[in-house]
Amino acid sequence: MRVTVLYFGVLKDLFTGDRSTLELAEGETVGGLLRLSEKNASKHSVVWRALAVAVNREYVGVDHALQEGDEVALLPPVSGGTA
Amino acid sequence: MRIEIVDSVIDTAAVMAGVKAGADGAVCCFDGIVRNNTRGRETLYLVYEAYREMALEQMQALANEAVTKFGVRDVALIHRLGKLEIGETSVLIAVASAHRGVTFEACRWLIDTLKKTVPIWKKEHFIDGAVWADGEPFPEALRVEV
Repeated sequence: MRVTVLYFGVLKDLFTGDRSTLELAEGETVGGLLRLSEKNASKHSVVWRALAVAVNREYVGVDHALQEGDEVALLPPVSGGTA
Repeated sequence: MRIEIVDSVIDTAAVMAGVKAGADGAVCCFDGIVRNNTRGRETLYLVYEAYREMALEQMQALANEAVTKFGVRDVALIHRLGKLEIGETSVLIAVASAHRGVTFEACRWLIDTLKKTVPIWKKEHFIDGAVWADGEPFPEALRVEV
């Protein structure tokens, strides 16, 4: 199955682009996709350890099973600022 | 409720005026503006970007939750994207209600929660380089670990 992966913020620099299409095994989970993607990014990136993931614009956990055509967004910590 | 993501200047006075109604006794406003430095390093300008559709949905959900949670009457929540100069408004929140107490509480909760959960990022352009700003850690419920 195919999913679209969107990269934001610092992840755009790590992946040198804002999106890619991945071919995954049926039933692959978010966690599986992250492990695959990690190989293409810097493993030393601190941001990689602090991500959230949205599938079709909803936050999901690592066990979420992906489906054909999903839009998967890898989200680094958001803009923040000191309270 | 006025919930928007915009690409041009936010008219703070117009938003404040627009949120007021006869039953209100208070409007509390948070105006988030671009600071000229980060920990002493001089900032030239900021560039904000978002996962636009999701950010808008999340902002709408936060505004709805604020109304339920604090019992305020109305909320305006506007975020700007793109290149912003020092002193310009990046995010504007206005909360209207009959009494002031809940407007302060809702306004504070909205900005603190927005800054942790709404997918918007900023790149800081300094005199000597540019970096993506360190974000706040996601709440544990949203974070993924592999």
